[in-house]
Parts: sequence; structure tokens; C-alpha cells
Amino acid sequence: MVVTPDHLTLQPRVIFEYNGSAIIAMAGKECVAIASDLRFGVQLQTLATDHKKVYKIHDQLFLGLSGLASDAETLSQRFKFKHTLYKLREERDIKPSAFAQLVSATLYEKRFGPYFCQPVIAGLEPDGTPYLCGMDSIGAIETAKDFMIAGTASDALLGICESLWRPDMGPEELFEVTAEALLSGQGRDCLAGWGAVVYVITKDQIIARQLKERTV
Amino acid sequence: MQLDLSMLEPVTRNAKQTQEACLTGISGEGIDAFPLPAVADLDSFEKEVVEYVKPSHGTTTLGFIFQGGVIVAVDSRASQGSYISSQTVKKVIEINPFLLGTMAGGAADCQFWERNLGRQVVWCRLYELNNGKRITVRGASKLLANTMFSYRGMGLSMGTMVAGWDVAGPGLYYVDSDGQRTKGQRFSVGSGSLYAYGVLDAGYSWDMSVEDAVELGQRAIYHATARDAASGGTASVYHVTEAGWTKVRGESVGELHYKYYPDPLVRSSIAVDPLAT
Repeated sequence: MVVTPDHLTLQPRVIFEYNGSAIIAMAGKECVAIASDLRFGVQLQTLATDHKKVYKIHDQLFLGLSGLASDAETLSQRFKFKHTLYKLREERDIKPSAFAQLVSATLYEKRFGPYFCQPVIAGLEPDGTPYLCGMDSIGAIETAKDFMIAGTASDALLGICESLWRPDMGPEELFEVTAEALLSGQGRDCLAGWGAVVYVITKDQIIARQLKERTV
Repeated sequence: MQLDLSMLEPVTRNAKQTQEACLTGISGEGIDAFPLPAVADLDSFEKEVVEYVKPSHGTTTLGFIFQGGVIVAVDSRASQGSYISSQTVKKVIEINPFLLGTMAGGAADCQFWERNLGRQVVWCRLYELNNGKRITVRGASKLLANTMFSYRGMGLSMGTMVAGWDVAGPGLYYVDSDGQRTKGQRFSVGSGSLYAYGVLDAGYSWDMSVEDAVELGQRAIYHATARDAASGGTASVYHVTEAGWTKVRGESVGELHYKYYPDPLVRSSIAVDPLAT
């Protein structure tokens, strides 16, 4: 059983809900999808509506960072930097499962003063199998075979993902299901929304699309 | 997803039917006293309990008087914390064919007390019918303010505008649960009110046409819903004239966003490049 340390449960939940975010990752048959909303706000005030929360590490690996936007910005830059160093040393792209360990270790470095982010990692392993995992803010990895969610809309996202996800979806079907689940889920959250971006990663291409939302 | 907005449409009824419907089944008494909890210190108990019974929703409502009558415009989102509990709340309460109330604060408080106002107004009208004149907006708003004042400190939460038309012409009053009652030409109430005021104050003039006024009301609500995460859903606009109120607009603010800002250069969020870093 995973036990969250006391001082973390006592930490104000509000800091994770300061800017607002919604992230979904889903696995298909030899493909994965990852998507995020576009809102950036300070509590109830919406400041921007073009704020993506998913970062590309390389062609087969994407990282979603929910939570405090300033920490997400810092972390995305650190992980890009770390991947660049990895590539120079190893002369290859990092495997998603290895990257997850790197993210976990990086977050645990700040065990007693964590980044207020919850990452979601989605990628394809070299043999083409989907890799999906999520983490808490101090690096406890939670792998999943079906889907992973994070952000202020996570309560609303969980149910719709449970009901829409099916095994062995192809890229287009996976796109539809991910998009539908995200739009439905964030539609119930004040702090996330204003459209979305969806990425579907397959062996030989990335399908990247913007979604418009009709009920903002 | 397209919202089903049918529940926001006014119930069509003519003034005579309304009168008859309202006048039947009314007893002589007003609202019976609410039973009070048996506690030693009621004031501090109410102060504590108000936190539990306050599902107050974020809201944007506005109203203004101009040359062509009164405009009342509202959004339709109800939220509990950051959870959106409904996108199709009716925040304009149609008290009678000539009086409108708006809803901000506690939904139950607004609904109950404005319905109650409707009953009181009918009572006044019973005898006023004999004189062939309706209750004034001034009178109606005072009835509500007096009710609010009598419950002061009991934890009611309500910020409302009473708008309508009477012998004196157009009328607009702000009434809240503190017992405050203010007459005015322009009001906005709710978490998004500051955003709405910005648009309203910049665009308002007494001489504007009805069409422009309706558009201003809609635009002010749209801009408030755009900035305020606790407001959203639809922008409904009502117009009150000598002949009573009519609902003139009721569009989803999501649609309005693309209507007002079709150019991606003006609003970059219209066309985000997913792969741009």
C-alpha cells in the first residue's frame, strides 16, 4: 500500500489547483494518446487560453505536467535538458520506461520541498508497445495499461475514461475516445477547459490536433 | 457538445392567465415562521452552519436602464467549488409579466424569496387591481428588502436585481441579503461582475438603440464568462418595456467566443499549434 506522508496531505491542496489543468493519456494497439486542456488561470481568473500542458521529449515520448504552472515550466525545461544530455551520452532516444525512472528520481530529489506537479508520461517502447504512467509530486510511479489522468478535473475524468476506454484501439479511434473523454471531463471543471490539444503517437507518425470547445 | 437550452425558455402565459393562476390557492398568511434550531447561542450557531449550507455559485448578472427600457442579462453556470454542477441554470426569475429578478449567491435563497416576492406582489395587486394599477418596482423591491432585513444575520446569501416597468417608467433596484436596497441605472452582481462592469461602462449610453443595448448586455456577459471561470454556459438577455418583459437572446458563450473573435491573430487560442514549443 502506498502511503502519502503526513506533511504532504497537510500541504494545501489549493496550490495544485492554483492554475487549473486537465490531462489524459490513453493506450491503444501499438499507439498511445496524450491530451491536455488549454486554460491558464490564477484561481478563477482566466489569463490565457492557449496554454498546452503536454511536452514532447522525442518522437515516441510525451510528458504531461499538471499542477502549478510555474513548476511545470521549470520541470519541462529540466527534463528536456536531461534528455539532451542522455542523448549525447548514449547516442539514442531514451525509452519511456527509463524516462519514468528519471522523472521519478528528479521529483524525489525535492522530497521535502516538492514541485507542485503531477506528471503523466505516455510513449511507445522500442518494440512498439505502449507505455503509460503517472506520478504524484514526489515521484511515486503508478503504471497503467489502459489510461492515466491528472489535474483539477481528475474526478470528472476518471468516470468517463472508465466507460469509454476499450482495449486494442487503433490510432483514429484512440484519438476520438481521448478527445471525447477530455472534453466531457473538463466540461465539469471550472479551472480547466477552453479547448484542448491531442497527440496520438504511433510507430511512424505523430497525429497532433487542436480541439475547439463549444461550451466554455 | 451542444447544450440543450430548452429549459431556459420562458414559460409562455398571458397576463390574465397568470393573474388567475396566481390568485387561486393563496391563503391569507405569508410565509410561516421557520423553525429555529434549539441551541443556546443562535448567532454563532448560524455563523458556523452557514458554511455547510452555502452552495453559492459563481455568477455574472447585470441590468441597466436606457432610452428603450431595461435590459437584464445573466449567465447560466452553477458551480460548487471548482465543480460545475450545471450549465443551464435559470438565473432570471420571472416574478410576473412586468417584473424580473436576478439570481446571485445562494440558489435556494434567491429562488425561494423571489418566488415569495411574486406571491406578495400578487397580494398587493389584489387590491391594486381595484385601482387599476400594478405594484411599482420600487414597492416590490422594498418588499424583498424588508424580508431580507428581517432575516439579517441568519446566513441568507443573495445578491439580486429587481427590474421592471411601472407607472413611473423603467425601474431597477439592487437588493441583497444584508438588507441593502439601492436604486440605480446600471448594476452588475456576482463573481464576474467586475468584468461585466468593464464592458458595460465602456459601451453604455442612454440614447443607445434597443438592438445595441441587447448586444451590449450579451457582450458584457460573454466577456465576464470568458475571464471568470465560475461564470459560463449561456448569455441570456431580457428586455423590459411598457408591455412587459421578453426574452431576446440566449446563446451559448462557447459559440459567442468564435463569433466575436473569429480571427486567430486576435485570439491565439482559436488556432493553437499543438507541436509549437
